[in-house]
Amino acid sequence: MSFDGDLTRSTAAALAAAIKGGDVTATEVTQAHLDRIAKVDEKVHAFLHVDTEGALAKAAEVDAKRARGEKLGPLAGVPLALKDVFTTKGVPTTCGSKMLQGWVPPYDATVTRRLREADVVILGKTNMDEFAMGSSTENSAYGVTHNPWDLTRIPGGSGGGSSASLAAFEAPLAIGTDTGGSIRQPASVTGTVGVKPTYGGVSRYGLVAFSSSLDQGGPCARTVLDAALLHAAIAGHDPMDSTSIDLPVPDVVAAARLADIKGMRIGVVKQFDGDGYQDGVRQRFHESVDLLRELGATIVEVDCPSFDYALPAYYLIAPSECSSNLARFDAMRYGRRVGDDGVNGVEEVTSLSREAGFGPEVKRRIMLGTYALSSGYYDAYYGSAQQVRTLIMRDFDRAFADVDVLVSPTTPTTAFKIGERADDPMAMYLADLCTIPSNMAGNAGMSVPVGLAPDDGLPVGLQIIAPAMADDRLYRVGSAVEAALNGKWGRPLIEEVPAL
Amino acid sequence: MSTSTVNLPSYEDALATYDPVMGLEVHVELGTVTKMFCGCPTAFGADPNTQTCPTCLGLPGALPVVNTKAIESAIRIGLALNCEIAEWCRFARKNYFYPDMPKNFQTSQYDEPIAFNGYLDIEAAGKTWRIEIERAHMEEDTGKSTHVGGATGRIHGAEYSLVDYNRAGIPLIEIVTKPITGTGEHAPEVARAYVAELRELIKALGVSEARMELGQMRCDANVSLRPIGREKFGTRSETKNVNSLRSVERAVTFEIRRHAAVLNAGDTVIQETRHFHENDGTTSPGRVKEEAEDYRYFPEPDLVPVAPARTWVDELRGTLPELPSVRRNRLQAEWGATDHDMQSIQNAGAVDLIVQTVSLGAPADQARKWWMGELARHANEQEAELGDLAITPAQVAELVTLTTAGTLNDKLARQVIVGVLAGEGSPKQVVAARGLAVVSDDGALLAAIDEAIAKFPDAADKVRGGNQGPAGQLIGAVMKTTRGQADAARVRELLLERLSG
Repeated sequence: MSFDGDLTRSTAAALAAAIKGGDVTATEVTQAHLDRIAKVDEKVHAFLHVDTEGALAKAAEVDAKRARGEKLGPLAGVPLALKDVFTTKGVPTTCGSKMLQGWVPPYDATVTRRLREADVVILGKTNMDEFAMGSSTENSAYGVTHNPWDLTRIPGGSGGGSSASLAAFEAPLAIGTDTGGSIRQPASVTGTVGVKPTYGGVSRYGLVAFSSSLDQGGPCARTVLDAALLHAAIAGHDPMDSTSIDLPVPDVVAAARLADIKGMRIGVVKQFDGDGYQDGVRQRFHESVDLLRELGATIVEVDCPSFDYALPAYYLIAPSECSSNLARFDAMRYGRRVGDDGVNGVEEVTSLSREAGFGPEVKRRIMLGTYALSSGYYDAYYGSAQQVRTLIMRDFDRAFADVDVLVSPTTPTTAFKIGERADDPMAMYLADLCTIPSNMAGNAGMSVPVGLAPDDGLPVGLQIIAPAMADDRLYRVGSAVEAALNGKWGRPLIEEVPAL
Repeated sequence: MSTSTVNLPSYEDALATYDPVMGLEVHVELGTVTKMFCGCPTAFGADPNTQTCPTCLGLPGALPVVNTKAIESAIRIGLALNCEIAEWCRFARKNYFYPDMPKNFQTSQYDEPIAFNGYLDIEAAGKTWRIEIERAHMEEDTGKSTHVGGATGRIHGAEYSLVDYNRAGIPLIEIVTKPITGTGEHAPEVARAYVAELRELIKALGVSEARMELGQMRCDANVSLRPIGREKFGTRSETKNVNSLRSVERAVTFEIRRHAAVLNAGDTVIQETRHFHENDGTTSPGRVKEEAEDYRYFPEPDLVPVAPARTWVDELRGTLPELPSVRRNRLQAEWGATDHDMQSIQNAGAVDLIVQTVSLGAPADQARKWWMGELARHANEQEAELGDLAITPAQVAELVTLTTAGTLNDKLARQVIVGVLAGEGSPKQVVAARGLAVVSDDGALLAAIDEAIAKFPDAADKVRGGNQGPAGQLIGAVMKTTRGQADAARVRELLLERLSG
């Protein structure tokens, strides 16, 4: 092996180049990551299912392709951790729920299919809050995932398994989904990069729905360029998803390579600062704004008054849609069935199966949503929440008429302790305060690491928000910040993760 | 519990006191090649659960994509019903639980239907009625449950249930009328004529075969009564899944009598869904729900709004066929039929059968005579629709050819029909197999005539004397000898010739 360095600490771009160049085989790269998982996942618990056989088979296929002289794609042979919310034909998909224990989907999600077509090696399925409802992975029915920066802390959620797998060097790439911040908040608290593409930019076909009008799959990585390469692999129109946008995907890879923000106008959202934000987070955020100015951007303060109502409106819309989306889990056609003793009728079996299959947060949201949609309450709850949504979109429209992107802290605090907010849903919901407006408006957002908070030494993320179908701007700004900070620190922040 | 008719007021008595108001909801399965939201085939009769995919099985993660052909059909139906076509409308989720509904919500339309505010003119009881259409909206069908064990065939009390999802996701159009008032005693007839006219329209549009016996078209009949002269509507009942024209008429008739009995007793009608029973024409209550059904409708977030371009709508308007009422007027003129004849033909569902028979060479009067006479009698006896009889327009045309050629007389033709209906083959095959052809050999007839003259000499003498009255007796005897297979006109000719010579 002539690859210079630790395979598991390499970037996806470097691994792909090494495989293509024959410096290392895809099988060696895959085996190194499987070994790493075997070594550290006991402590991290990023994975719910490791598909050793499937991963090695794919790696062998890539090596065979190369041996035949076939052209390899930009991510061929690179391992990836897939959030367990995407269907994978022949590989279990649980969504972190007992309800889907033992379910093996008969079909691939479009994202899964595109990853396979790009010759990406899927290592396995990552842990998540049950049905993507949560901000810590504590709602997973299969145990919490630990933050590699501090194993007593949460890795964010719902996509904590994906973010932790990156920070634990178990995979260089991961896929998450972001309904209210489930890609960006985990990225922020693990010092990794996470992108919520424009709604409709990445197909939702095969993404088990939490809230259909908000859910969006997207890339997670340790560098902005890696995220861009993954973004390019999974994005683009899909006729199987009616809400998929039939337009060319913005050139995110070129934008990530550009890493230049001279002349850009960047808005700082007035509403996302002050009370409720950890001092260390605010400090790193304000330094980031200064950095953006130094890098040649013009900074403008932007007022988005409706954002104050985004969180309550979100907690009406998302549960409403989830109450309908999760109705299909009735134990009749797939998933876990409880109480089928030949005496209980269909309603009893459904009821017992749900009682046993759904966790408390999922039940809470189903009940909230059922109530919000019920006759006599619809207008006051779901109806007004949709109106707030329109107001949020208008705030964004007004802001983007003046600036190219908006910035804010990704989440108000660094990673909190496991158990700290588990019994306080409101405190938990606040973790998504800054990320929710983008889901409500359907535009694009990224979290990029901007250092460790001076007060607790944990990673802080900068959120960048771009208008719909201007995802490339995220990469342009994100890579500029990343390059400047790496220059300043002498090495990427992720190298600071303690040894496991 | 089914309400028996024993203690109900007569239909006439009910109508003497009350004024019926109806609302008809008709579901039509569209005859598209693929389902509403996925690419699965819609063909009827395949093995259970062989025409399914992640989307129509409602598997986690699967998403719907609208079938453009179904939208096109919906718009054409809307246009034919003189509706406005929405410039922008959405699908909505109707949330409720049932094991044959894969997602436990039905993708339907709620307050934004594709077509609304239309009307359909129909003929019943000798006059034209304008039935106003509230809306026509798109939705998907559910799977089909078969409840095994238990007495009722319904889910409660069943030992187990089988579900076939082949039907799940087949596109449906639901057409809802505004309240139909002012029909009085003609209410059941109007209801039937409306459904019949709608069926003709759907068939003419080519969007569905609209075969009620296959469930391709199903009617829910809402009925309420109010005392004659009162403005305010009474409480309605909704009789679900009434699946033939005859049943529509019977269900409405029964509900009018049942409501009248309730009101006469000073009780209040319960707003409920009811099941219709084909065997005795009664209805019984559906499962009593403890709470009012709340479907928690909200716009379907997995689908984008439907915004049919006006140019497309205009283009579709150009594809509308000759509407059944226009066609009927044309046919009435061509056939020289009276209004009453035409209405009977329409009510019997015989228009197309006659048209097809005529197109195969039969004169219109002959085609009408057979379909509306002997065949209608058989249909009535079998309590079946005319179109469901085991005889085709081609076979009727063949029968007509045989009668006009003199091979069959009417009596023989009737026997041939019995044979065809019994599955003995085409009319020609039945004639051959049963030996039913008219005896046209004069020699054989003359032998029979001589035999008759010998048997009834007095009658023969009278005829010879110029009194033709008793000829009938002699002809009758000849027909008897020939077992009805003689042409009576020819027998008379030969007989008179014989007795005058």
